[in-house]
Amino acid sequence: MISGCAERGLPIEVVGSGSKRAIGRPMESAVTLTTTSLRGIALYEPSELVMSAGAGTPLSAVEVELAGRGQMLAFEPIDLGPASGGPQGAQTIGAVFATNLSGARRIQSGAARDHLLGIKGVNGRAELFQVGGRVMKNVAGYDVSRGLTGSWGTLAVLTQVTFKVLPWPEASVTIVFLGLPDDIAIELLCLAMGQPFEVSGAVHLQAAVAERLDHPGLKSRGKSVTALRLENFANSVATRKQRLKEGLRVYGNALELDNRESIEFWSELRRLSVMPYGPSLLWRISTKPTTAPKLVAGVKRYMPVKAFYDWSGGLIWLEVPATDDAGTAEIRRVVAIHGGHATLIRAEPAVRASVEVFQPLGPAVERLTRGLKEAFDPAGILNPGRMYANI
Amino acid sequence: MTLTNLPEPDQEVVARSSTIIKDLEQLVARDAVISDEEGRRAFEADALTAYRQMPLAVVLPQTTEEVSKVLRYCQQNRIKVVPRGAGTSLCGGALPAADAIVVGVSKMNRILGVDYENRAIRVQTGITNLAISEAVGAQGFFYAPDPSSQLACTLAGNIAMNSGGAHCLKYGVTTNNVLGVQIVMMDGEIVELGGPHLDAEGYDLLALVIGSEGQFGIVTEATVRILRKAEMARPILLGFDNCEAAGLCVAAIIGSGIMPVAIEFMDKPAIEVSEAFAKAGYPRDVEALLIVEVEGSEDEISRLLSYIVEIVMPFDPKAVEPSTSPEQSERIWKGRKSAFGAFGRISDYYCMDGTIPLARLAEVLPKISQICANKGLKVANVFHAGDGNLHPLILYDANNEDEAQRAELAGAEILKLCVAVGGCLSGEHGIGIEKRDLMGVQFSEADLNVQMRIRSVFDPDWLLNPGKVFPLEMSEKAGAAGSRLRRFPFERIA
Ligand SMILES: Cc1cc2nc3c(=O)[nH]c(=O)nc-3n(C[C@H](O)[C@H](O)[C@H](O)COP(=O)(O)OP(=O)(O)OC[C@H]3O[C@@H](n4cnc5c(N)ncnc54)[C@H](O)[C@@H]3O)c2cc1C
Repeated sequence: MISGCAERGLPIEVVGSGSKRAIGRPMESAVTLTTTSLRGIALYEPSELVMSAGAGTPLSAVEVELAGRGQMLAFEPIDLGPASGGPQGAQTIGAVFATNLSGARRIQSGAARDHLLGIKGVNGRAELFQVGGRVMKNVAGYDVSRGLTGSWGTLAVLTQVTFKVLPWPEASVTIVFLGLPDDIAIELLCLAMGQPFEVSGAVHLQAAVAERLDHPGLKSRGKSVTALRLENFANSVATRKQRLKEGLRVYGNALELDNRESIEFWSELRRLSVMPYGPSLLWRISTKPTTAPKLVAGVKRYMPVKAFYDWSGGLIWLEVPATDDAGTAEIRRVVAIHGGHATLIRAEPAVRASVEVFQPLGPAVERLTRGLKEAFDPAGILNPGRMYANI
Repeated sequence: MTLTNLPEPDQEVVARSSTIIKDLEQLVARDAVISDEEGRRAFEADALTAYRQMPLAVVLPQTTEEVSKVLRYCQQNRIKVVPRGAGTSLCGGALPAADAIVVGVSKMNRILGVDYENRAIRVQTGITNLAISEAVGAQGFFYAPDPSSQLACTLAGNIAMNSGGAHCLKYGVTTNNVLGVQIVMMDGEIVELGGPHLDAEGYDLLALVIGSEGQFGIVTEATVRILRKAEMARPILLGFDNCEAAGLCVAAIIGSGIMPVAIEFMDKPAIEVSEAFAKAGYPRDVEALLIVEVEGSEDEISRLLSYIVEIVMPFDPKAVEPSTSPEQSERIWKGRKSAFGAFGRISDYYCMDGTIPLARLAEVLPKISQICANKGLKVANVFHAGDGNLHPLILYDANNEDEAQRAELAGAEILKLCVAVGGCLSGEHGIGIEKRDLMGVQFSEADLNVQMRIRSVFDPDWLLNPGKVFPLEMSEKAGAAGSRLRRFPFERIA
C-alpha cells in the first residue's frame, strides 16, 4: 500500500486507534492507514523486563498483560484522548512511542523514548526495516528507534515496538500541600527532587485546576494542590515519607494519600482529566522547572490561564480561552524569553490549520528535520504537514 | 590483529599535507596544531591498540568557534576528520587515518554552569566523565553513567559511543542522561539540540547524535542531568558452583522488584586471576560470582540485602556475604574493579562487548569458552549481568601474529553468537572499525540503508570518522555518492 501511494505521491494519514487525531496540524490525506490490525504481544519475558508488541496493540491490553505479572510501563504514558476530544483508553502502544508521551514518573524513570529498545517499521519508501533489538543495552548502529520517537508518524509507520518494563512498586504514598502559590510550590518540588528519596511524581495544580479533581478531600478546598509521590517497598516509603515531610515542614502541614488514594490520584492525572475537553485551548509547554512559574505569569499578562505543572515544573499544561490565533504570538514570545518549547494540543481545526501547532524550529534544526524527512519519506506521503508545513 | 581493512588514504590529500598544516595554523592558536612526528605518534591509536595509523595532523581547539573554523575548512577542502576525546575507545572509534586530521576536544574541559535546583550541569565535552561527578559531589549529586574508564574518558567520547557503566542498570546509559548538546556540523555551523528541559521539540535529533560515533558532527558542549546521590550503597557477594544458577539468580533478583544499582558477574577464570592480584578474599571453589549492589538508607539496605538472601537461597549459593561495613564493601568491589588490570599483568587480552538476553546466559557462557578453546585460547568473563552485557576477555599474546588473528576470529564468532541468541554486536563500546564488517550479521541491507541515509543528512560528504560503523565497501559507495550529489545536486532524485 505504501509503495503504491509513494509512486502516485498520495498522502497517507497514519493512525493507531485515532485517539490523538485531533492533535497536530489538520491534514488532507487520500488514504488512512491504521495499525490496529497489527495487534498482539509477540514476546513477554517478565524476568528480563522486556516486551514486544504489534504497534496497533491497545495500550490497555499491554498494561493488563503486564499487571498480571506485577509489572508496568514505568514512564506512565498519559492519555491525551479525553483532553483532545478523542476516546479514553483507546491509544495504541505504537502511538505512545511515536508521540513520546510520558507521564508524571518521567522525572524519576525516564520518558517513553528511554524505554524503547527496538522497532520494526516501514518507511515512506515502502522498505521494511528494523533497528535496535530486545536487549537492554545496544549500541550497534545509530539509535534510530529512539530517533523516531516524537515523529508522529511522519517518518515511518511503526509495525512492532520492543520496550523495557518494570515491576510495580510495592507501595505508593503521596503527600500534599494545600494553598501554595505557584512559585513557592515549584521551589518545594525542586527541593524535594534534590533529596535522596526518589520522588516519582512532583506536580502542582492551581486552585482552578485542583477543583476538577475527583478526590473529595482535595477538590472542595478551593486551594491549589502540590503533591509529591513516593513509591518503593512499604517500609521504605514509610520512612522516606517521614523524612521528606520533616525536610519540607516550613511549607506547612502536609496531607497524606494512602496507597489506594495515591494510585487513584495519579491515574487521574494520567488521563489528564483535570484539563477536560471543552471550548478552551490547551497548550503543552516544556521548560526548566524553576522558570515555569515565571513563564506562566508571563502568559497571564496577556490572557487568563489555568495551569497544571508536572515534572517538578518542567512540563506545563496550560489552559487558555479560545481565540482565533490561540494566543500563539504571545505564548511563543513568552516561551522564547524563558526558554523551552510549546505545542498546541487542543484547538478547533481551523485554528490548528492557521497557526504553528508544534514549536517552530530554528533554521539548522529545520534543515536537519527536512533532511530526515527526505531520507525516510522522499515522496512526502506519511502524515504530510501533521507536524510542520511541508514535512 | 590486522584482519580489518582500513580505507586507502587519498594520496592527493596526503600530498597537500604541508599546505593543510599551514592553513590550519592560521585558523587556530598556533600551539593547537600538532604536526611533528613525535606529537602525532601520541594519537596514532586508541585503546584498540592493535590498529595504528598516523594522522595527517592533530588539532586541539580551545573553543567551539575554532572547531567550527577547522571543520568548515576541511569541508571546503575535502579533508576527512576524526573526532577524538581521550582515545579510550575499545573498538577503534578514534583511530586516525593518514589522509585525515584528528580534532580532539581534550582542551575544552570547562564546567560552564551548575544548576542544582533544576538538577543539570552544562560542560564542555572535553571534561572527563569523573570530573563531572566530582564537581557536584560535595553537594551530594553525581552524573550517573560511569564507564570503568571514567577517570580518563571524556563526555564527548561517552556521547559519541552512548557509553554505559556498572550503575546503568538503575540509572540508564548516556542517552538517558543527556538533555542537550552543542554540535558543530561538518560545514562549520554551530547547532544547539535539546536544552535544559526534559524533552526536546520536534524529532529526537539528540537521540540520533548520541551513539553516532563521531560521524554526525563534533559535540563541543552538553547539558547533562545530575542526580542526588543515595545515602549509601552496599554490595552482597554471592558464589555459585555453576554459571547457570548464577544466571537464574540474576533474573530472579531483577524480577523481584528490587532495583539494584549494579549486578556484576565474574566466572572462575576471572576470579582466579583477580584473586591472585587483588586478594579480595573471594571464594575460590565457585564457578561464578555475583556482586549485587543496592542503595538507600542504612535500614533500607539491610532489609534489601536480607531480601536478596531470601531470593537467592533456592539457587543453592555456595557463598553469601552481605557487606556490613564500608571496609567490607570496598574489599568486595576491589576484586571486580581490578580485574581488567589483573589480566593486563598476566597477558594481552581482547575485551569483547556483546549483549544477550539474560535467559540465554547459561547456554552462551560455555559456548564462548568452546569457541575460544577451538582456537586454542583462554577466555574469562567479567561483565554487567543485570542487562546481559557480556565482556569476554580473550587472552592472547600480541607478539604472536597468529595468536592475535585467532583472538580476533574468536571475538567475531562470539559476537555472531550474541546476535544469534537475540542479542546484539555491542552493548556499550560501539562498532568503530572493530565490528564494522559484522554489521551485516545483525542488520539487513535495508536496515543499514536507513542508517546510512541518516548519516548523509548530517554529513553529506561522509568526511567525518571515515571507514567506521558500516562495512567498508558500503560506506565507500555511500561516501562517493554523497560527494557526487554535492557536486551535481540535480542528480538528487528519490
Ligand atoms: C579500561 C577501559 C574500560 C572501559 N570501560 C567502559 C565501560 O565500562 N563502559 C563503556 O561504555 N565503555 C568503556 N570503555 C570504552 C571507552 O572508554 C568509551 O567508549 C568512552 O566513551 C570513550 O571516550 P573517549 O573520550 O576516550 O573517546 P575516544 O576514544 O577519543 O573516542 C570515542 C569515539 O567518540 C568520537 N568522539 C570523540 N570526541 C567527539 C566529539 N567531540 N564529537 C563527536 N564525536 C567524538 C570519536 O571519533 C570516537 O568514535 C572502556 C575503555 C577502557 C580502555
